[in-house]
Parts: sequence; structure tokens; C-alpha cells
Amino acid sequence: MSGSAKRALGATVVALIVCVAIALYIGLYLVNVPGSVAAVQTVSGPQLYLATVATAEQSDPHNTWVSYYAVDANSGDWRHDTTYELPANTLVHVTIYQYDTSTGLRNPFFSQPTGTVGPVLIDGKPVQVVDPTTPAHTFAIPQIGLSIPLEGAASTAKNLCTQAPCSLSQAHHTVSFTFRTPGKGLYRWQCFVPCGAGFIQGNGGPMQTVGYMGGFIKVV
Amino acid sequence: MDETHHFRNVVLLWLLATVIVTPIVVFVIGPGLPPGNGSVEASGQVTDNTVLLATATPVALAVLVYMAYALVAFRERTPEVVVDGPGIRGNASVQFWWLVVTTVLVLFLAGYGTVRLLADGSGGGQGPNPIAIPSAPGGGKPLVVQVIAQQWQFNYRFPGYSGVETRAIELPENTLVKFNVTSLDVIHSFWAYELGVKADANPGVNNVAYVTTKGPLTFHVRCAELCGLWHGYMFNQGKVVPKAQFALWIAQQQQQFAPATKNLPPYSKTYFPAPLRRGG
Repeated sequence: MSGSAKRALGATVVALIVCVAIALYIGLYLVNVPGSVAAVQTVSGPQLYLATVATAEQSDPHNTWVSYYAVDANSGDWRHDTTYELPANTLVHVTIYQYDTSTGLRNPFFSQPTGTVGPVLIDGKPVQVVDPTTPAHTFAIPQIGLSIPLEGAASTAKNLCTQAPCSLSQAHHTVSFTFRTPGKGLYRWQCFVPCGAGFIQGNGGPMQTVGYMGGFIKVV
Repeated sequence: MDETHHFRNVVLLWLLATVIVTPIVVFVIGPGLPPGNGSVEASGQVTDNTVLLATATPVALAVLVYMAYALVAFRERTPEVVVDGPGIRGNASVQFWWLVVTTVLVLFLAGYGTVRLLADGSGGGQGPNPIAIPSAPGGGKPLVVQVIAQQWQFNYRFPGYSGVETRAIELPENTLVKFNVTSLDVIHSFWAYELGVKADANPGVNNVAYVTTKGPLTFHVRCAELCGLWHGYMFNQGKVVPKAQFALWIAQQQQQFAPATKNLPPYSKTYFPAPLRRGG
């Protein structure tokens, strides 16, 4: 093989490798969708367990960001997913373990829980409205009018959990409610407390990134 | 054919096209132009858009007719003998009249737009001190609705109804509505498409827009200012309903949101910077 033929072959091989690499990069990007967590089936219907914590786990790329987690009811494991898969037109029971401390609502309108079927319970007690200075976060699906204020843990508590995962023995509030899922589709949910500490007006970082203080409800 | 005949031909063709197309624009296309006839201001915008289009039509036709004429009349019929055309010379008369006509058109449109804006604000945000205030049907005061934008939802507050805040919006028919538009965080834009209302929502600013509703209608509200992660989801629907139905709806909202209303700050045209201090 002549020198020029060898060079042409080498250039072709390099070009092919580059093309394959680009195709792989694009392909992996396209198929890389956030994971989702399905509700647990119980005798009373689907049950979703969630948690909020002041900072994501140490290994997270943004381990200083506030975040939601899904909690495995059986093992107690925490999963860092904010896309939740729920059945359509069904009553879904939600329990949220709220470990973060208060920030307060920018708009006190969100101090009233709305969009639920039945009462909202905070530590087992029904509430109609909360003090607008006390929520650490909210769990809201605006498209269906669901909005739940999540009161913050007392900042003076001695056993605060500052980083995921947390245990039920640490200071927290347990918020539980039931809502009816809408028809099939993809619905966004978000927090309405400006809880992105360290960002302008508290609405940057985790508030602007799916996987922390917002995500999707995938109704199937 | 000499140049005079070419000019005469183009003018005649242009006149013919204008006589045919302009009425089509005014009477066929015009009534279907956005944003429709959902409010007095929206109807005014349809009229304005029709006037703009009808004014631009003869100008566009002049260009298109000349282009088509040139393609036909000036094409090379013996391509095997390609010779350069005559040198391009300026024509002072054509240039003069082109400048005169287009200047008159632009000044007319500027004057027309100014007069229309001063008449009723045309549904746009006028800042905190509006000067174009339409009169309410049958006299009386406008219904004040505060639009509170925040990442990522519009809420609506009704100071005339115990200051109740709602996440939905219904308006009575045949009523002058004064929107006080503000934001709690970044810049949003309140765009009620079918009502012909579009007003920026700026933090710390009260941007006033007026609209006079007509009959029952469902309208779409969207944020028209890129405002972050869930900007694309910042929308909802509103309704214009008969006055009796509005009275029932607002009473229901007052009852439903009574607990939250107790927590709201006193009604104010802006809520800034107090909410900012709680952020971050």
C-alpha cells in the first residue's frame, strides 16, 4: 500500500470514529430522560411518599441545593427523582416528610391548601391554612389547582437533617393529603417558595432545574 | 416598446391589481385578523390591523406587479445572443414621487396609530399613570382586577370584593375592566389574547391596562415574556360571563379563599420589595 493510500485509509478511519462518537453522543442525549418513580399500590389506593431536604446528598452534582426526593416506603431508601408516575382519574394518597426549615411564602395566597379530596394533615392534624411565614416549600400542580404548603421544621430543633437522606427520627413535619389525578398527560409540579438559597430572589438553581424543586407528574 | 409604454402598462396593471385585491383584504381577510372580537379593544385592534394591511397592500402590489411585469416584458427572448442591457439611469421624477408617497403613508400610519392609542389604550399596558382611559359602558367605575405574576403562575386579586385572590379569572360582560398588572419576582407579561390585552408585569411596578368586555367568551392567558424554567406552562383560561354569573362566581371565590384572604397583605398596587426580603 502506498503512502498516500495509507494516509487516506487513516483519515477515513478517524472520520468514521468521529462520526460514531457524535452519533453516540446525540443518541445518548436523546434517550437520557429523567427517571420516574411510580406510586406504591396499597389497599387504599396508590400512595406516593416524598421528602424535602435542605441539601441534596453529598454525591449529588449540586449537593448544596435544596431538593425533593422520592422515598421507598418499604426500604426507606431515598431516590433523587422528581417525575412521578400516577394512574389517571384516581385518588392518590401523598405523604411528604418535610425536613427543611422555613423560608416563608412570597405570596401568602399559597398558605391555604387547595385542590385536595379531604383534609390536609400536618403531623396528623387537619389544617385549613398555615402561617404564611412558616412554609419551607409547597407542592403544587397548578394545572389542576393542587397547592399544599409544607411547614418548615423548627430551626431551633437539635436534630435537624441538613443533607439527604434523612431519617424519621430527625426533626420534620409529616404532611399528608389525597388528590384526584386528572386524565392522561404530563403535568408539571413546582414549589412556590423562593427556596433557592444563594440565588437572586431565591428562584434560581434548584428552582430552575428539573430534578430538585420541580418536576413532572406523568399520568398514565 | 418605449419606456413610456412600459411605465403606463405597469401603472395600469398595478391599478387593476389594487382595485381587485384591496377590497378582498378589507372585506374578506380583515375580519379574520387577530385577535378577534372578544372585547372592544380587540375589535379595535382588528380594525387597526386591517387598516395597516390595506395601506400596505398597494405598496406590496406595486413591487410584485413590477417584478412580474419585468419577468415577462424584459426577458431575453434570444438567449443565444446575450447582450448587456442599457445602462441604468436615475429617474428623478420616480424617485421623488416614491419618497413623497411612502413618506405620506408612514406619517399617516404614525398619526393613525397615535390617535387610536390615545382613544382607549388599545388594550396595552400604559404604565402606572395611564392617559388613555376608555369610558365604561353606561358610565360608572371600572372593575379593578390586579394581575399578580410570579414564577410560574398568574393570580388575580379583586380589591372591590374584600381583596380576595384567585387562581382563575372570570369577568362580567359589557364591563370596563382595569387591570393592575404587577410581578412578585421577575418580568412577566400578561397576555389575554382574545381580549386584546398585553401588559408587562414588572416587579415593583403597577402597569395599567384597560379592556371593555363584550359578550360571554373563553379567553386564553399566557405569559409573553420568557421568565424561566416553567415559562411554557404559565398559562390559564379565563371567562367573560353574564353579570349575574360573575356575581355568583366571585361570591364563591370569596367563600373558598376566605382563609387565605386573611393572610394576604392589605391591597396594594405593588408588593415589592417586601416579598423580596423573604426570598433567597
